[in-house]
This record gives sequence, structure tokens and C-alpha cells, in this order.
Amino acid sequence: MIRSGAWLALLLLVAAPLLVVLGMGFGTSSPGVPPVIPPIGATGWQGSFEAWGLIFADTYYLDAALRSLRLAAITAGLCLVLGFGMALGITSAAPRWQAPLLALVLLPFWSGFVLRLAAWVGLLRDGGWLNATLIQAGLITEPLPLLYSEGAMLLGMVHGYLPFAILPITATLARRDPRLEEAAADLGAGRWTVFATITLPLAAPAAAAAFLLVFIPAAGEVVIPEVLGAPDSVLFGRAIWGEFFQTRDWPAAAALSTALLALLLAPIALYQRLSVAR
Amino acid sequence: MTLLAIEGVTKRFGTALALDALSLEIGAGEFFALLGGSGSGKSTLLRLIAGFERPDAGRIRLQGRDITRLPPPERAVAMMFQSYALFPHMNVRENIAYGLRRAGERDPRPRVAELVALLGLEGLEARRPQQLSGGQQQRVALARALARRPPLVLLDEPLAALDSGLRERTGLELRALQRRLGASFVMVTHDQAEALALADRVAVLDHGRIAQVAAPRDLYERPATRAVARFLGAANVIEAGRFALRSESAAPAYALRPERIRILPALPDVNATPARVTEIAFRGGDALVLADADGQNLRLVLPGGAALPEPGAEIFLGWDAAALAPLSA
Repeated sequence: MIRSGAWLALLLLVAAPLLVVLGMGFGTSSPGVPPVIPPIGATGWQGSFEAWGLIFADTYYLDAALRSLRLAAITAGLCLVLGFGMALGITSAAPRWQAPLLALVLLPFWSGFVLRLAAWVGLLRDGGWLNATLIQAGLITEPLPLLYSEGAMLLGMVHGYLPFAILPITATLARRDPRLEEAAADLGAGRWTVFATITLPLAAPAAAAAFLLVFIPAAGEVVIPEVLGAPDSVLFGRAIWGEFFQTRDWPAAAALSTALLALLLAPIALYQRLSVAR
Repeated sequence: MTLLAIEGVTKRFGTALALDALSLEIGAGEFFALLGGSGSGKSTLLRLIAGFERPDAGRIRLQGRDITRLPPPERAVAMMFQSYALFPHMNVRENIAYGLRRAGERDPRPRVAELVALLGLEGLEARRPQQLSGGQQQRVALARALARRPPLVLLDEPLAALDSGLRERTGLELRALQRRLGASFVMVTHDQAEALALADRVAVLDHGRIAQVAAPRDLYERPATRAVARFLGAANVIEAGRFALRSESAAPAYALRPERIRILPALPDVNATPARVTEIAFRGGDALVLADADGQNLRLVLPGGAALPEPGAEIFLGWDAAALAPLSA
């Protein structure tokens, strides 16, 4: 009963929308509501490959895809390094401090997502806290262009995705056997060697999972680059958004969505394998 | 020759006193057992020697050198953990070579091969720890600890994780290995039979102090205190003044080995008591008899061939004055 319910939910909420998007990519755009003619109608096949031709025709979309993957990789890399450090810190703290520390990591995420982005804008804009403080202190005379830059975007991305990295690594590090590290020290390994030969390799699957857990959603991120990033560098998510809501070319938008999913299939499959292995 | 000297070592965990100004000397080539119940401080002492804990007071010297403040990697001590603590992401060969590599050994293979042969691990070199039986894991842990030829090897309950059938044989192998290598072994155990069977000398720990240090036979024959006598089990502890005791020296209490008690046809004037048999257990080579003597349970062991009383029978028990081992506390 529960099983068939789960299958029904998967069918309705995952498989059906995916099929609609996939099909829409082969439709033809036309003025109307919705602005698309489905690929299969009363007379059979009436679709086209126009949208797919369009997204491969010039390098605009390819560049956006590469920019998105690069941003996702840098974000995931930074989250991994920071998250690993924070997870190590949390799990080496006295047991009574571990739960409060973890709560502190999660605390900002109980506030609204948009609110947090607005806070970054308030901090970084020309008349914002940072620039005002620096000018007041006499360190600068003109405000620094902090907002709408690659740096601001990365800051927002890392801040937004950090818990996805911290949580799986903390879970794995918390379960580690302290005797293994003691045994390594006993056999002559210094602190750094213990970390490099015992702690890190044993946490590697969790670290890889954490990287992918950030990388996969970050590759399609729209809002953070839109609010904090430079306006000229179009990312993949932004390109999909533009086709859907600005040019109203739904087949192109659907084809782009399908392409993004295809790009992320390999990392998703890898993540699945890692979660099963753990 | 003294290899390891523990000098007045005190260790507190919060307000709990784990070790109380404990002093101990362990000789080169000695198989030494630290025997005690849980909370006696035996494991803490082992961790202090390995360097995982620092004492609050006192000194530890190894080969004359003060190692109290040295971190674990700088001590010429190797520990075998109760759980073995084998590295799960390395195979048997890499586990054994770990310490050799840390010592800067370029090619650990010859020494690893030597240890594999010494501990009978041939054919298992490429296996991961989780693919080994408990006994095999124990031998890999031992090989890993022995790899750098440490003068002092610490063993934390080395046999506790093994099946009972394997325990006795592995214990004897462990001692044979120690004799052959000439290194000092310090073993922590809660099993008095294990300590008595394997060690050259045994220290009985009680509440962070040493109750007695002695060779197994002396410990068994002449326990120093009530706590030691009780912990070694089997011995009867008799308070002075009971059962018309007449001993060779005055003491507040005495230990009386079960095999030194005899069943007598008549009740002598001294060192004897009437008793009622409560329980009999025939054990093949001998028989254990539990008897109630005026409210105190007495254990006696009768040789296998002896006639056994019936449960409930009223009997007379007696012993020689020389059989009473005086207890100081």
C-alpha cells in the first residue's frame, strides 16, 4: 500500500513532469497559452528539433553551461575544504559542545533564503556596512565595488551551500574510531601524517559525497548569481529562466533543462553509488 | 635491569582519581601483567605509558630516559589495542608496514615478510582487516606492533576479543613469542587465570593503587590483602578469631586455598570447623565442594579420586596452620 503510494507519487511528481519537459523540448513555440504546440497531436507526430538545433547553434548556451559548471566546481571545492575543517572542529570538540556547534552552523538556515541574500546586499553594496565602515575608518575614500562581482557571488554560493557539505562529513567523522588515530600516532605518525593517512582517506567517500551534494544543485543555481553576481556573465540557470520568461521560447527552455539534467546525470549517479557504499 | 619505571604517577579524570601515586618497575625481557577489575586504573596506566594521556603528577622513565611529556610517536613503545584498531582502508601488508614507513624505511618488504612468517599470516597479505577472522586480526595487530622491534610492547586485553577455544592457545603463543623476541610485554587483563598463566610477574591494581606485585605462584599462595585474595578468586578469606584459628603469624585475616582444606573424621581443637555441604561440582580432575560453616561459605577442592560427601551432609573440615596466608589488610 505504502509502496504503491510511493510509486504513484514518484510517477506523478517526478516522472510525469520530466516527461512533459522532455516532450516540450521537441514542441514548436507559438503565440498562445501555453506558448507551445506539443510534439504529438491529433494527427500524430508534429514536433520539431528546432529547439535543440538552436541551443547547439551558437556558443552562448555552451559558454553558460561551462560557466555554471565552473562556478559549481569552485563552490563545491570551497565548501568541501571549509566544511571538512568545520566538521573536524565540531567532532573534536567536547561532546557537550558538539550539538550546540552544529546548531550554530544550521541557525542561519532557519531564517529565510531571500532575507540572507538581502543581508549580503546590505553588507556589500556601495553604501553598505562594509564600505561605510572602511570609509569612516579612513582606509578608502571611494566605495569598493564589492557587490555584483564574481567574489560576491562566490561568497553567497558558499554561504548558501556550506551546510550540505558540513552535515555528511560531520556524520562520518563523528562515527570514526579514535583508536585508529591513536594507533597511528603510536606507530610513529605525527598529527599531520595521522590526518593524511588515516582520517582523510577514511572520510574520503563522505567528502566526495559532500562535494557532489553541493555541485549538483549549484550547477543549476539561478537566484544567488542573479542577486549578487555580475550582470554580464550569464549562467545556465539564468539562460533557462530567460528562455521561459523573457523570450517565452518554451521548447528552447525545455531543451536547455533537459541538457542540464543530462550534464548532471554522471555526478548524480556517482553520488548515488557513494551513498550506497556508505 | 629496569626497562620501565613508573614513579609516583597520579592521574585524575575530573574529580575521579584513576591512579593514586602509583610506582612500578618493569624489567627488560619481562612479561608483566596488570590485573584488576574495571575502574582499577589498569587501562589508564597503559595509556599513560603509551602517551595517550599525561599524568597529573609523577614521572615515567623508559630505559632511563624521562618520557613523561613525550607524545606517542616519539616513544619506543608499541601498543596492541583491545579492538586491534587495524586500519580498514589498508591491507595486511600495509598495516604491518605502517610503522616502518613512519620510521623512514624505504623498503619495508623484507621486515613485513619476516613478520608475516613469524605470525603465520602467509597468504593473507593482500586481505583487508574485515576479511580476516578474529584470530587473524589479532596476529596482524601484533605483527604491526612488533614491526619496529620496540623494547616495550603494550597489550590491552589481548585475548578478550577471541573465542574461548582460541584464547588459551593464543596466550601460550603470545608468551612463546615474547620469550623469543626478548622484548618486554606489559599486558592489561581482568582475567586472573590469564595473568597467572602467562606473566612472569603480576601487579594487582585496586582503586588506582597497586595492591600487590608478585610472581604468579607467590600471588596465588600468599595474597597480601583481602582485596587481592578476593580478586584472585577461589581463596577463602577467614577473619582472625574464627574457627579456632591458630596460625604461624598474627594478622587481621587469612587466605586459605581451597585445596588445603581437608575433610576430617573427627573435629580437632584448632584450625577446624563443623560444616554442612551445600553444593558439589565434579570437574573431572577434581571436585569443588561448597560448605556452610557457621554462616560462612567455604570452598574446598578435593582430588578426583577422593570419596565425595553428599549435599546436605554434616562434615568436619580442618587445615594446617602453615596453610593460613596472613593478609595485611
